[in-house]
Order: sequence, then C-alpha cells, then structure tokens
Amino acid sequence: MSETIKVGMADLRVCVSPDAVTTLGLGSCVGIAIRDPVTKIGGLAHIMLPDSTQIRNNSNIPKFADTGITELVRQMVAKGAKQSRMVAKIAGGAQMFSFQNKSEMVRIGERNVEATKRKLAQLKIPILAQDTGDSYGRTVIFYPETGDFVIKAVGKVQKTI
Amino acid sequence: MADLNLETMSQEYYDILKELGNIGAGNATTALAQMLQCKVDMSVPQVKLLEFKDVATLMGGEEQIMAGIYLGVEGDITGSIMFLLEKSAARHLVGKLMGMPTEGDEFSEMEISALQEVGNIITGSYLNSLSMMTNLKICPTIPSLAIDMAGAILSVPAIEFGILGDQILLIQTQFFDEVQLDGYFILIPDLESYGRILSSLGIVIG
Repeated sequence: MSETIKVGMADLRVCVSPDAVTTLGLGSCVGIAIRDPVTKIGGLAHIMLPDSTQIRNNSNIPKFADTGITELVRQMVAKGAKQSRMVAKIAGGAQMFSFQNKSEMVRIGERNVEATKRKLAQLKIPILAQDTGDSYGRTVIFYPETGDFVIKAVGKVQKTI
Repeated sequence: MADLNLETMSQEYYDILKELGNIGAGNATTALAQMLQCKVDMSVPQVKLLEFKDVATLMGGEEQIMAGIYLGVEGDITGSIMFLLEKSAARHLVGKLMGMPTEGDEFSEMEISALQEVGNIITGSYLNSLSMMTNLKICPTIPSLAIDMAGAILSVPAIEFGILGDQILLIQTQFFDEVQLDGYFILIPDLESYGRILSSLGIVIG
C-alpha cells in the first residue's frame, strides 16, 4: 500500500518508493523535490526564506533554502541515497500579490528560487525541471519511483514535469 | 526600543493586542454594513497566536480557495495587513455590492475591482480605529488582491512573520448578514511597531 506523505510549510520529508510526498498550496515558498534514481529514495522540502544567515531567529532548519536543502540531502543519505546520483525538480516561488514598489519583500519568491538554485549547484545536484515564478499557487506531488513531479494550480490544467 | 518577542510576550501585551484586534474588527464590520446598506452582525472575534503551519488548517485546508487582500502600512508603524475571505463569501459580498447575484468560477474584472474595494474599506476602517486609539499615524498603501489556494496566499504573511518567528497573530471574525461569512485579519507589524503601539497606549516595555 503506497502512502502520500504531507509536507507542511517550513517542513521536509523523506520517503521511499512506492510512497510519495506532497505539499499543498505553495505560494512564494519553494518546493524542492530531490531523488536518487537508483535507490528510489526521494524527498521534498518546503522552504519559506532564502537565507538563514540573514536572520537572527534561524533555529527552524527547514524554513530556509540553505539549511533546508542541506538537511534534506543529509536525511536522504542517512536512508541510503547517494548524493552524487541525486537530481532535483523545483516549483513555487510565485509572486502572489502585485505591488508597484518592487521591494525586497515583494521579490521574495524570486529570491527563494535563486537561493534554491545556488544551494543545489553548490551541492552539485542538477535541476532537471522547474515550474517557478508567475503569480499563482501550486500544489505539488512527487513520486520517487518515476521522478514525476505533478503540479496542480487553481483554474489550470494539471501538469507533470 | 526594548526587544519584543511574540513567543515570550506577556499575557498583558497579548491581551492588549487582542483588544485592539477586537475593536478594529468591530469597526470594519460597521463599515461593511454601511457599504452593503444592511445590518451585519459580528461574532466576538477570536484572536489567536498560531504556528503558521496551522493557519491554513483553520481556514479549511491549504487548498481552500480564498480571496486575500493585502496591503502595506506606512507612517508611525510599518508592516502589512491582510484580510482573507472564503471565495463563496467573497462572491456573496460582491453580488450584494453590485446589486445582482454573480455566477461562474472566475471573477470578472468588474467583480475583482468591487472586491478590491470591499477589502479597501474593511482594512481601511480597521487601520483607522487602530490609528485613533493609539494616536499614531497609520497610512495604508494601495491594496492588492489575489484569489488562490489558502496556503499560497498565506505564504506571503507567513514569510513576513517568518523573519520574526514561527507564529502569526490571527484575528478571526464571523460576519452574518443572511449568510455566515468568515473573515480573517492578519496583522503584521514589525517588532518595533509592536513596541510603538504598546507604548502609545501608555505601556512601558521591558
């Protein structure tokens, strides 16, 4: 019996095929799905902010792109995945509200995506596909068996990347 | 300004913020009644300090479709404020405002603009009462509207709050005209502003 494990906001989960991981209603946050295609161990992180070093209250590891991705990889390795085989897919980072002034806070989605890409590059994990930016929320489901990353949005056709 | 932390905030401060929330929501309800030209009742607002991951659950799940109106606050205090309304409630209000029932899944441009106006008036009267009570200058910026999954809309205030901590100050208000409408306010002053609000009311911090 396969299970779909839910990942909350500022949260991360590791699973093994045939189980899947999902996170609902990604807005400006970014969902990072990582998979080792050999062991079929997968994981999903739902990060909120780009950089833990910029913030004093940074004890919540899965909240930040830098610490969250590192922790996800660490947990996957602990389960038997190999970092050198890992591949990633990312989604989210939308700008939910449009404002005239393009302050740093407004660009948070974009900055989350940039920080995610930077961290993955640093860990030498290639990004196979992405569905980021724009102005709508996304629900994602990741299947470590196939690497399929299913994306649902309000009023849009479901897609798989 | 003394360092104020939401998680370690004393019950006294918390009660004051709660009361400010109550009064603000009351004023917003009055404004709503005037706009709709009918009687609108309000239940006693519930003010909660919640973990942000629990906020969407309270609103019926992350995938519940909501209308969110979000605006910045400038002046003596800085931060932002969000007003959320379930999609069906939003449709009901818009229909009432435009004097005809609206249908369909999508909101027309006209309806969106009406909804924006609803949000404008509600948040405006809310901030107005806060300004009157504290004698602080509070200027709202132009509101922006999004209709999407609760989780996605809430990610915006959650991120803003996320810089400070893992909790969010939520004021839940139920309005009734013929139907029950659930509305939610989320106040996001920065920490310094919390201090300013409290000290303007004569409360010494630290």
